[in-house]
Amino acid sequence: MSTVKTAAQPLYRWFAEFRQPGRGTSWLVGVLLVVTLAMSAANLLLPPESPLYVSTYTITLMGKYLCFAMLAMAVDIIWGYCGILSLGHGAFFALGGYGMGMYLMRQIGDRGVYGNPDLPDFMVFLNWQELPWYWFGMDQFWFAVLVALAIPGLLAFVFGWLAFRSRVTGVYLSIMTQALTYALMLAFFRNEMGFGGNNGLTDFKDILGFDLQADSTRVALLLVTTLLLVIAFLTSRAIVQSRLGRVIVAVRDSEARARFLGYRTERYKVWLFVYSALIAAVAGMLYVPQVGIINPGEFSPLNSIEVVVWVAVGGRGTLYGAIVGALLVNYAKTRFTALMPDAWLFALGALFVVVTVYLPRGLAGLFDRFTSKNAETAWPERAKESNGGLSTAEVSA
Amino acid sequence: MNSLNQITEQAREVMRRDTTWPFLVPRKRSVNVSKNVILYLEGLNVSFDGFQALNNLNLYVNDGELRCLIGANGAGKTTLMDVITGKTQCDSGSAWFGQNIDLLAHDEAEIAQLGIGRKFQKPTVFEAHTVFHNLELSLQGAKGVWRALTATLSGSERDRIDEVLEIIGLEKSRHQLAGALSHGQKQWLEIGMLLAAEPRLLLVDEPVAGMTAEESERTAELLTSLAGKHTVIVVEHDMEFVRSIARTVTVLHQGSVLAEGTMDQVQNNRDVIEVYLGEEA
Amino acid sequence: MKVLLLKLWMAVAAVLLLPTGSPLAQPEPTAPAVGSVLQQLPGASLKKTGDLVRQLEQAGGAEMRPLFEVMLAGDLYYVKESGQLLQIQKNSDGARMGISLFEGKSLGEFNSRDIKKVRVNNRLRSQLRDAIARIELLHGDEAAQIAAVLAMLDDLNEQNLRLLQTAQQAGVSAEVSTLIELAEAMVQLRTSTDTADRLAAIEVMQGRLETPVRNQLQRLVNSDSEQDVAVVAAAQKALDKISGRMEFYGQMEQLFFGLSLGSVLLLAAIGLAITFGVMGVINMAHGEMIMLGAYTTYVIQQLMPNAIGYSLLVAVPAAFLVSGSVGVLIERGVIRHLQGRPLETLLATFGISLILQQAVRSIFSPLNMQVVTPEWMSGSLAINPVFSITYNRLYILLFSLAVFAALVAILKKSSLGLNVRAVSQNRDMAKAMGVRTEMVDAMTFGLGSGIAGVAGVALSQLTNVGPNLGQSYIIDSFMVVVFGGVGNMLGTLVGGFSLGVANKFLEPATGAVLANIIVLVCLILFIQKRPKGLFPQRGRAAE
Repeated sequence: MSTVKTAAQPLYRWFAEFRQPGRGTSWLVGVLLVVTLAMSAANLLLPPESPLYVSTYTITLMGKYLCFAMLAMAVDIIWGYCGILSLGHGAFFALGGYGMGMYLMRQIGDRGVYGNPDLPDFMVFLNWQELPWYWFGMDQFWFAVLVALAIPGLLAFVFGWLAFRSRVTGVYLSIMTQALTYALMLAFFRNEMGFGGNNGLTDFKDILGFDLQADSTRVALLLVTTLLLVIAFLTSRAIVQSRLGRVIVAVRDSEARARFLGYRTERYKVWLFVYSALIAAVAGMLYVPQVGIINPGEFSPLNSIEVVVWVAVGGRGTLYGAIVGALLVNYAKTRFTALMPDAWLFALGALFVVVTVYLPRGLAGLFDRFTSKNAETAWPERAKESNGGLSTAEVSA
Repeated sequence: MNSLNQITEQAREVMRRDTTWPFLVPRKRSVNVSKNVILYLEGLNVSFDGFQALNNLNLYVNDGELRCLIGANGAGKTTLMDVITGKTQCDSGSAWFGQNIDLLAHDEAEIAQLGIGRKFQKPTVFEAHTVFHNLELSLQGAKGVWRALTATLSGSERDRIDEVLEIIGLEKSRHQLAGALSHGQKQWLEIGMLLAAEPRLLLVDEPVAGMTAEESERTAELLTSLAGKHTVIVVEHDMEFVRSIARTVTVLHQGSVLAEGTMDQVQNNRDVIEVYLGEEA
Repeated sequence: MKVLLLKLWMAVAAVLLLPTGSPLAQPEPTAPAVGSVLQQLPGASLKKTGDLVRQLEQAGGAEMRPLFEVMLAGDLYYVKESGQLLQIQKNSDGARMGISLFEGKSLGEFNSRDIKKVRVNNRLRSQLRDAIARIELLHGDEAAQIAAVLAMLDDLNEQNLRLLQTAQQAGVSAEVSTLIELAEAMVQLRTSTDTADRLAAIEVMQGRLETPVRNQLQRLVNSDSEQDVAVVAAAQKALDKISGRMEFYGQMEQLFFGLSLGSVLLLAAIGLAITFGVMGVINMAHGEMIMLGAYTTYVIQQLMPNAIGYSLLVAVPAAFLVSGSVGVLIERGVIRHLQGRPLETLLATFGISLILQQAVRSIFSPLNMQVVTPEWMSGSLAINPVFSITYNRLYILLFSLAVFAALVAILKKSSLGLNVRAVSQNRDMAKAMGVRTEMVDAMTFGLGSGIAGVAGVALSQLTNVGPNLGQSYIIDSFMVVVFGGVGNMLGTLVGGFSLGVANKFLEPATGAVLANIIVLVCLILFIQKRPKGLFPQRGRAAE
């Protein structure tokens, strides 16, 4: 055992670099940028016969993973740093996605199956005569982006304001977030909602005038995703390292103490929740043009809870952990579903159990244990007793 | 002519330089203790599911006093603190902080910002933060979300933290995670956090629980030294400790005040002997 | 006069009742007239057939009922050569199988060229229906009599009315008697010219929920030829009263559906209330415990296909054991390691739910399984013509209350219950007092899961049994527990039924999906207002 440990020591040291406030960031950002740039170049510049050629499928897959990484980071910000376990973040992701989807739908114009210049195909199919009011303006990119940010942000604000003000915490809150996304899923399945019902929005043609099927557009989307992920990562890091971040961790570990020090903890939670929802919405907006479809399935509670396991695998309370976790689990999912489709749910289920029981701090915690370095915002070692700011009495009450 | 006079009178009133419009009064009011009483609790009643935790309780605490609250379990000591700090809503009664602040109209965060600090029964510190950051978060000042995002430590704030670190004797552990402190050290850190906030009124719930004799002695010293500049209310079960610090002792029994006075007076009080010390002895 | 009629009737009845005394022992009609009449039936003209049917009814009475029914269904044939009458039924291969009349013996397959159908037309069908109704009325039990009178209301004539009156004089139950009076009133309203008589008839008819009554009143109100203003006004009033009552029973029906949904929610939620309330553990695999119970029912039915009636009785304890032991395994294997970390427990149990779902998918199939509803649970209890209650829902409602009562009894009376309550109030103190908290945890979890399994047995009678069965109930049952107040059994009861009723009352106005959404949103808002639920635990322990 000890020989294994010593042999692996340099590797863990290398990973531990990530944990250093300054260098870890530049490492992660550097790796992300280099990898995506290299992939883009390999896709665009090399001929398909070349052994180093990266297929457009892989480019899109990578873009998808990075969107998931962004979503995972959004969940990590509120779960890892503030102890709010949201089982409904998929709702903000999907709302952002629907906003982008509406824009893309309007861009189709008269190239749809029914050739109606104003109405998307599914509305023609449902015999609708005119565009519902909430579809107006969505043909403008800037307006669609604004709406796709405003709606999830507003929802997060209203929900958070109601929930945190009345001090709903812990498992209650988790169940409520799950109910929220479940209710939205039911709503979006309805044809009357005007979002394409069961089938959702799909058959997109182009974005900002660029053909969505073209390799160059795909590569550009990947690069934009990487860039936005890096920006979101740096912003989030700045937030968690400011005094604001320290208050948030304080709220996580002992909300009552923070309140008796004069902090209006509910406001901190609401704004953090809104921030996190906005990042999730951006992720959703980037996701839709790359995968080419958005449907109510994105609202399903299973999707949201899967995000949580990405974060748990990577290590909550560390922003890079969420990103690494999302990339790893999704890569595993892609491989698994290709090889043994039936086994994936077994593997995912086992992952939930194993990570929570044996790796409460995820891979990041594993590296920590070997390098015995404590990052200051890490989940406290004694989390088992302090229980993430949630007393046992509060739960069993 | 008369009405004209009235109008000019009113105009003069409006123009007077020594008054301030209500909406111009700073939101953060400081407590008025001109009558030398900092806390008025009158007729407080709190019940949980038929259990009367506080029963028509009246209590007055002078500014700068060190007051000890004693009483058996369930006498209402913690509930009383909950009411003062806004954690528990009372069914009836009034609670005033000085002459001018109605405590019942404020929530926990506001009450804390008004200058009432509270130490919990179980030491509660932010375990994932260093001792230094624990104190930084406790400093008096703006506690808003946007302020916190851009906040930086000023030189005087840094000095204040150093000062508190010295008082509580944790200078050497300043960059240690609070979660790694011993139980006694956590108690001290929590008291230090209260000090950093510079409150007018300190509510201290069982400060020496789990401390060694030496540590309690130091705590006693600290608390007595705080009195005067701050008003301190201590809840404690340890009679030795109470005797060592107490000037005035209030005995609670079944949610109301049973006796009040010096330790000796209280100990010789017939009622107290009957219901409290009598049982203990 | 009356006495004479009665005597006459008794004589007729004696004659008619003789052969019906033991129909099995004497399958062939004994009266010689019947045999000869039957021989005339093959090839008779439609008009002739009508006469023959009349004669048959007079001669054969109740014996003729099977014949009339076969004839009404259009299954009566005769063999061309011999003129033998028989019933023809097509089997699943499309072959024409002959069945002998009165005995029900199989006569083998027939070629369509060898047999000919006894023709019936609409007039004849109506006549047959009346004949069957008369037989029912005179010879059937009370339920059959009621059905017969109701059938006659559709087509009331002087002859029917006379028959009804005869039957009434022979002595019938109060309910049948009221119906017959109703029939008299309907005829009176139609035939009488005297305003007072007609008003009296309407008086009898008002508030009756039978469709013919409503139709007749409606016709009368709508008709242009009706001159009697007072009668029309009274009819309108009666109609209003009828629609008022119908609305009331419509509401009752909604209420029953709501209670039925509530009982399902209650069953799904009480197990959860125990594990959540006592252990502070969110068991996301609770829905899968329900699913396991439903699949246990399926397996039991596969094992005992010849005793479906008893299968549910066996399935209840079996499902309790299966789900309960899986629950204990989960508690021992996973949850124990996550003591005091509720959010992690939530995630781990969610992982378990994924594994269980996939396991069921692999072992059985991703498709829904067919669980049979036993005889005694099918059918419905008709309270009145517009309001009936299906037996399966009724039984499940009662069953859920019984399970609830049993659980409350366990918690209040047994030593396990005492331990459970002790642990839920103060775990550390209970431990200090020598309660084996680990044991109690395992038993509690087993109990909660076992009850989920029992809920699965009930659910298998209402919905499809598939791998996703549990998922569809999990969020709703969480809502019930949270709504009612965690750790409060009464709260769960009230919560379950009020959510169920609210859902069903919203449904007609908004549609099922929107009702679901509205209830969810209202609940979210409610929890904001009262975070501790409807019946919160108060006091310092709850802070």
